Amino acid sequence: MNDIGLWLLLILAIGSTYVWRGLGVVISGRINPEGEAFRVVSCVAYALLAGLISRMIVLPTGALAETPVFDRVFSTIVGVGVFFLFKRNVLLGTFGGVAVFLVLSVMRAGF
Amino acid sequence: MPAKTYATPGAAFAGGVGDAFKVSVWVVFASMTGFGSLARDSGLTLGVSMVSSGAIWGLPGQIAFAELYATGAPVLAIILAVSLANVRFLPMTVAMMPLFREGVKNRAWHYVLAQLASVNTWAAAMRVCPHLPHELRAPYYVGFSIVCMLAGLAGTATGFVLAVEFPPVVTLSLVFLNPVYFTIVFADVRHRAGVIALLIGAVGGPLFYQLSPDWGLLATGAIGGALAYLVDRILRRRHE
Repeated sequence: MNDIGLWLLLILAIGSTYVWRGLGVVISGRINPEGEAFRVVSCVAYALLAGLISRMIVLPTGALAETPVFDRVFSTIVGVGVFFLFKRNVLLGTFGGVAVFLVLSVMRAGF
Repeated sequence: MPAKTYATPGAAFAGGVGDAFKVSVWVVFASMTGFGSLARDSGLTLGVSMVSSGAIWGLPGQIAFAELYATGAPVLAIILAVSLANVRFLPMTVAMMPLFREGVKNRAWHYVLAQLASVNTWAAAMRVCPHLPHELRAPYYVGFSIVCMLAGLAGTATGFVLAVEFPPVVTLSLVFLNPVYFTIVFADVRHRAGVIALLIGAVGGPLFYQLSPDWGLLATGAIGGALAYLVDRILRRRHE
């Protein structure tokens, strides 16, 4: 694929993502934020996000798929544990979890 | 986090910028560094990588874009995968926009606010904005989002330029940063319907993905979300 083809592909990708955002604005203007439909949509948002995140950890795509599932789940649990142990410090939890993942990956690579 | 407010829209904007620097900016920078590195390895150009960060503005879709482009997948397959990886923006936008309805009367701006939403900025808006007066919500959210986006662009460029220096494990760890971070963010959600939906979604996500990598996410949201709503409704009725 040449450069122009890649840019066209990107524009299509941007448009196909923005469709959801734009549609969200349209729909949000038509439903009552105090109503039941709004509660349903909030639940859908949370379920979708959680599904996406757990899929990225348990069944990732690309090069991450070649790392052991134990490493990914264990480092995530450590990250959440650090977060709660250190007064809900998000930065410490996140980088702590990733550091564990990095160390495990380096050890497996045999350094 | 204690509820605080601001004297003027300018102060709310600055408050958003300041709050973003506490955690989000660093996480966005680091994970987009991972994306920049991945993008270069996938054969994308620097320009395409940066525009994808600012304009797709959703890491799972961007990763799908880079990985599928690298494998030479057909155009339609790439677009479908990117779009479905980002389908979360529909319910997220619907849930978020009522926050701004009173404060931002010109509807055209709502379409701009929607573009600024990422999981990060959305979570901040959902947490902070309900406690702010209507006219201060959009300034706070825009301040928060704009620095996150700038950090994302800077991260993408940094990762792209440094890709040749990074050992593969570093790129992988930076890509992995995103799910770890969001697990922590959502581990802190307290309202019952949200917690139920998160738990059902976390179990359903990988299951439905195995049935269909493309449509699994949509199914997780629709089925998991509906189920969570029903469970919460039954619990609500029981307590009334």
